[in-house]
Amino acid sequence: MSRWFSRNLIRIYAALALIYLFIPVGYTMAFSFNDAGKRNINWQGFTLDNWKNPCGAPDICVALGNSLKIGFLSTFIATILGTMIAFALGRYKFRGRSATNLLIFLPMATPEIVMGASLLAMFVNMNVNTGFWTTVIAHIMFCISFVVVTVKARVASLDPKLEEAARDLYANEYETFRRVTFPLVLPGIAAAALLAFSLSFDDFIITNFNSGTITTFPKFIWISSIRGVPAQANVIGTAMFLIALTIVIAGQVVGNAKAKKRR
Amino acid sequence: MVDLAASATGDLQLRNIRKEFGDFVAVDDLNLTIPKGSFFALLGPSGCGKTTTLRMIAGLEEPTSGTIAVGDTDITYSKPYRRPVNTVFQNYALFPHLTIFENVAFGLRRRGIKDVKEAVEKVLALVELGHLKDRKPGQLSGGQQQRIAVARAIVNRPALLLLDEPLGALDLKLRRQMQIELKWIQTEVGITFVHVTHDQEEAMTMADTIAVMNKGRIEQMGSPVDLYENPETVFVANFLGQSNLIKATVGTNSGAETSVDVQGARIILPTSRNRSAKSSVLVGIRPEKINIHAAGTSTGKNALHDGVVTDISFVGVSTQYQVEMPWKQELMVFEQNDGGAANIRKGDRVTLSWEPNFTFALDSED
Repeated sequence: MSRWFSRNLIRIYAALALIYLFIPVGYTMAFSFNDAGKRNINWQGFTLDNWKNPCGAPDICVALGNSLKIGFLSTFIATILGTMIAFALGRYKFRGRSATNLLIFLPMATPEIVMGASLLAMFVNMNVNTGFWTTVIAHIMFCISFVVVTVKARVASLDPKLEEAARDLYANEYETFRRVTFPLVLPGIAAAALLAFSLSFDDFIITNFNSGTITTFPKFIWISSIRGVPAQANVIGTAMFLIALTIVIAGQVVGNAKAKKRR
Repeated sequence: MVDLAASATGDLQLRNIRKEFGDFVAVDDLNLTIPKGSFFALLGPSGCGKTTTLRMIAGLEEPTSGTIAVGDTDITYSKPYRRPVNTVFQNYALFPHLTIFENVAFGLRRRGIKDVKEAVEKVLALVELGHLKDRKPGQLSGGQQQRIAVARAIVNRPALLLLDEPLGALDLKLRRQMQIELKWIQTEVGITFVHVTHDQEEAMTMADTIAVMNKGRIEQMGSPVDLYENPETVFVANFLGQSNLIKATVGTNSGAETSVDVQGARIILPTSRNRSAKSSVLVGIRPEKINIHAAGTSTGKNALHDGVVTDISFVGVSTQYQVEMPWKQELMVFEQNDGGAANIRKGDRVTLSWEPNFTFALDSED
């Protein structure tokens, strides 16, 4: 018995750790099938109604739409700006480079609640009405740092000899970037964009300060949690989770198939 | 494409090239003409400026002053993609995201050539790797990557192919094989090869002409035989093979022959092989030129007596003796294992002798 135990200790530990990680996800998934009515706290019985009508709860899909719009827009802009900063920091030596490197980290280190409050103070001082665009501006701001850090790592790992080889092989500056630099940095840019989107989609604290009357998905859940979160929120959360999971698995499968074909 | 620089042919000429990095002078007043169609090696220790020189020819660095020309065309400040020059990089720098075929086709496509299939397949056949054209570089062995790097460069038919320590990452056996293969490819395609290396054996095996570089300058240039037999500086004498260098004072000069005094012994050398104008010189003799005898039985014209054997190592083709002379200098002697070796043991007193023709004299470095 004790030998069996010591031999399987790592497996038991792994199983417990995974259960710990996935209980909240499992709970969310299970309660998306709850025939809840208004308060989705106690199990009332199984139903598919929530999945058949995910926009059933009032305003939930408006909030989701806002979150997606803000997410895509701020991801797009933050990825472009962040990638350019990452190239500048990773490739060129200029005055103030190390200072910039340090300053880029600051937004990540600053507590969100402070940053959200300061941004609101700034918008109020400038007489800007908070709403959709102030939310986008705030999201771009905190996403850029993460994009820069992610892309910079990829740029740093890129062998400068490859670009020299391209120039040596008759590619001018633009062709070198298009044919060699960009394709090789692209996986880093894609990872940065995914990270930026999930940060934006998830953000509540800064959004709550700067979104005015616009309701995002996290804000919707927070507001409705006072009266009871509708089961549709679990449906959308579960769907998001499954979509992300599918993308990751599909990526792995395609990658493996490619690797197999080459052999 | 009407582009003068890109279609230039002829000898490569470097005139008064100087390159500074801040306070550091990497290349100092370099003058070099590399004839069209030759296999030329730039040989030197790391940091001697040979790679910087290569990068200036490729256009990846700009010289601080001086000019670089191919034939009559000045390419000193031409962009790298406007030069009739291609490079085989030290770690090959194959594009990891492209297939072998696309790697080799890269240069042709950038020059706007539409039908690349025939040229690419021909060059892949030349390096015998046609069957790997759909793979990615990461799936090839080091030796295969090396050959693809060569193919990717020569498919463009440049006037000049630069090779930056191309065999450095390969193991010894593969390196030997690639040396022969590169030499063969060079003869086959007739492109001028400029090969940078720190490996004297590699340079001697492959190149028609070697320029030995040290501290940003060319110490000596010539054929491998010439450099080995007639070194002009202490650096060359020690960098190509091994040399015994002994302090000596110049004595009489009888026209064809010069005699020098080595710790009391009279050593004769051809006057033409005395590279120094000073009275105090270093007399040089290659270890394999020396004969070793039991004390007192010397026959050669030049002889040094009263050596004591301090170490003997058997290395197969030869036996290497280390002999301590009365003035406490260790000399190296290589004897071929051809059956005629003297029966000499560690601790024996010996006499070293050699033919005057093999002796040379150099300026002492300090």
